[in-house]
Amino acid sequence: MCRIGCIKSIEPFHPSKALYLMLPQQEGHDNSGFAIVMKDLYGIFEPYKELPLLSFSCTNKGKEIISNFMLKKGFSKKIFTWEPDFVEKEHYDFAKMDFYGFDVFNYPESILKGSVKEKEEILLNTRLELRKLLEKTADGYVFSFWPDTLTIKEIGNPNDIGEYFNLWKENKDILAKNIMIQYRQNTNYEIVRYAAHPFFLQGYTLCANGENTFYVKNKEYQQSLHKGYIGFESDSQCFLYTLHYLHHELKWPFAYYKHVITPLPFEEIEEHPDKQILYKIRESLAHLEINGPNTVIGLLPDNTMFTVCDSKKLRPVVVGADNKIVAITSEVNGLNVILPDRDKTKDVYPNERETVVVTNELRIERWKQI
Amino acid sequence: MEANIKINDITENDLNWKVEYDNTRCTRCGRCISTCTFHALEMKVERRAYTVSDTKVPAPKRVFSTIPVVKQIATIKQKCVGCGMCEKVCPNQAIKPVRNIDTRENLLNHELGSPIKRGGRTNLSIERTLDRIKVGRISQMTDPSLDAQRHTFDMLSPFGRVLGPEELPFKIENDELKIKGSIPPVHWIYPIIFADMSIGALSTRAWEAICIATAILNEKYNMPVRMCSGEGGMPIKLMQSKYLKYMILQIASGHFGWNRIIKAMPQMTEDPAGILIKIGQGAKPGDGGLLMAAKVARHIQEIRGVPRSDLLSPPNHQGLYSIEESVQKMFLSFNAAFQFRVPVAIKVAASSSSVSVYNNLLRDPYHIVGGFFLDGIQGGTGAAHEVSLDHTGHPVVSKVRDAYIAAVNQGKQGRIPLWGGGGVGLTGTMAADAFKMICLGANGVFTGKILIQLLGCIGNENGRCNQCNTGLCPTGVTTQDYRLVQRLDIDKAAETLVNYMLSVDTEFRKLMAPIGNSSLPVGRSDALVSVDKGIADKLQIPYAC
Ligand code: SF4
Ligand code: SF4
Repeated sequence: MCRIGCIKSIEPFHPSKALYLMLPQQEGHDNSGFAIVMKDLYGIFEPYKELPLLSFSCTNKGKEIISNFMLKKGFSKKIFTWEPDFVEKEHYDFAKMDFYGFDVFNYPESILKGSVKEKEEILLNTRLELRKLLEKTADGYVFSFWPDTLTIKEIGNPNDIGEYFNLWKENKDILAKNIMIQYRQNTNYEIVRYAAHPFFLQGYTLCANGENTFYVKNKEYQQSLHKGYIGFESDSQCFLYTLHYLHHELKWPFAYYKHVITPLPFEEIEEHPDKQILYKIRESLAHLEINGPNTVIGLLPDNTMFTVCDSKKLRPVVVGADNKIVAITSEVNGLNVILPDRDKTKDVYPNERETVVVTNELRIERWKQI
Repeated sequence: MEANIKINDITENDLNWKVEYDNTRCTRCGRCISTCTFHALEMKVERRAYTVSDTKVPAPKRVFSTIPVVKQIATIKQKCVGCGMCEKVCPNQAIKPVRNIDTRENLLNHELGSPIKRGGRTNLSIERTLDRIKVGRISQMTDPSLDAQRHTFDMLSPFGRVLGPEELPFKIENDELKIKGSIPPVHWIYPIIFADMSIGALSTRAWEAICIATAILNEKYNMPVRMCSGEGGMPIKLMQSKYLKYMILQIASGHFGWNRIIKAMPQMTEDPAGILIKIGQGAKPGDGGLLMAAKVARHIQEIRGVPRSDLLSPPNHQGLYSIEESVQKMFLSFNAAFQFRVPVAIKVAASSSSVSVYNNLLRDPYHIVGGFFLDGIQGGTGAAHEVSLDHTGHPVVSKVRDAYIAAVNQGKQGRIPLWGGGGVGLTGTMAADAFKMICLGANGVFTGKILIQLLGCIGNENGRCNQCNTGLCPTGVTTQDYRLVQRLDIDKAAETLVNYMLSVDTEFRKLMAPIGNSSLPVGRSDALVSVDKGIADKLQIPYAC
């Protein structure tokens, strides 16, 4: 089972906190991967909040492909590049790539005055095209291309990966207010970089553990819904796509996410004041239901953090907080490391019928499905 | 040598079934003869020779005597059909039908110059695809299997036109979705429908037994099983009762019974569960309904509003310009007749062309089609030409899969619920068959033959009985003869059906639990494997051996 977590803080913090959140949860892990997504960036990225940041890893040849491609797409102006303070060591237990890139670009002239929607479109298209291009020769991976968002994904021992990127040592350069992290990737399928959650699509970030037993149904339905719903290297990607589809495409309020992925049993729908709507959702989006054991942790584009569980509550998750930080993670021992002095009686163990939502003001809300 | 035989005369040895009779056990009670509805037996006398000695010192002598015996009548008209009723009633096990492998019956039974008609099922395609598919994906570690006894399972399927999310008339008010506009009706029902068998094809008792079972399953066991009336209408009293809500009314190309249904509408206190427009039937595709005059008893004439005669439904719905238009008109008028509260579905025979039909319906902009019922070759029928029964038709399993995949390719899976039938549950394994069909993409299944078998029908796919067209059904299931109908114990029959469905329901959970699902795994083809490479490839599921 993957161990997943997400930290939201009033003040910007360093990713080492996320690594410490995961460290005690490592028991039984198989060193199959690590991934981290940071949103609402500070430190060296703070001046570039409005501009898209491309996170990728590639071979030396890939580097060239990417820079040619970005030029061609009109992203000619690289405004800023983060070069991690790599810690070289004799032996690392992970699949190191030749190059890791974190580049902030200016928007192309042609789109500068465009609407938000147009900009969103161009960022997505660029990432998808780039991914396709790199896939041809297996020369690289592009994880996110979005303002104020940074992603690292690698295959191997998470602690080593953290060390190589020098993420264990706190500094003031790399900071964010939201960091989502996963130790160990989805091992049911081939171990590939894209299979490591958190996944990212147009501002939505999500990680999950467990197994999506309706993966085939979800996937068969999603692949015709949106050009961004691709890959499916992990069955958990389906949760992200469903979230994006209903919130971004259908523009339904987020509260309905839970009703879509884990609809109430018919008997309970019958008793629900909103029963007509719930029946229609269940009918119409039957193929987006999930029916296995899962915990989902996500961030909406506005950085609202949330967690939901499967309808039988077959996976653990806990929410802990102090005045400045709220963290959601698989196991409580992680919380005890980063928030040792919190009021543990206020920890929230979400149940199968609720969505726990954490606002940017760190208000923890428990939305009931019934 | 002088011929002492006319080889063109028919003898027992030319027929499919020979009656084996033991003169020494028989007490001449005559029950077998009076029971045989096909008049295949008669009482005869035979001359027998015995050697006896009736003196103190043995002095054997030959005597002749004439004894009564039961004899099989060796004619095509009165041939034995192997129903076994004589064996059932004989108190001394003196008589039974035996299958004759040297039969020439199929060459001889054209003696009236007309094609053979019979009821029952296809007798030439008995291999079953579903038996070569296993539920091969078992939850074990990353996802736990469920407990069939402990967990709750959501076993309902949609009947009615499902709108895509982008088509739903939703508006957002105060962060809540609200419905602003009309939406086609959808009912959530049990994933197994009691298929369309008419009163007329079935005896009144058999039909009533299925009605009673339906009502009990709904009212007592909370299983929302729906029953389809079949063509030809139904009793007025039932149409006026609250139980109408469990019935799907059928209209077929003969439109029999519809005048009564329409007349009864003002008195209906409940809406029916749905309307099913039958275009074709899997057991005899391209052939219309056929109710032989022998079965058009008085009450059938009344229900259907017709005189006693052979009742033939045309092979298709007659439209002025095209069948599409005529079917569309029917859809519209039935939707309108019930003011868009009752879903209207269509049933077609599985065929190489069914996917095109489904694709067409999925693209229909009016959202008028509330279900697509695909009926395969292994279904049964009350009457058809033998050539149709045995040689026309298409297996349903791959067709359901094709239709589902076609919907997936359009991104419209689930919009028109897909129901498959025709041999589902054929061997008694209803739960497993239905489950596999659902994993392949069906929303549910419909079934008829297993029901009549549960009621008491003894026919089978190997040519036993299948005389449903004759009005002589020996079990009272498909006859209108008052005396024969008495053979069917209506309460027992209904109870058998109810018990069967209860066990199917439990078995269903026993299949859902190991794959870790609490709601129906529609389209979860990953849960299946096939032990046959051809089947695996065709259905796009893994091959395993
Ligand atoms: S098996 Fe049936 S048809 Fe044959 S003789 Fe017996 S009762 Fe008659
Ligand atoms: S027993 Fe009746 S219903 Fe069954 S095959 Fe024979 S005639 Fe048909």
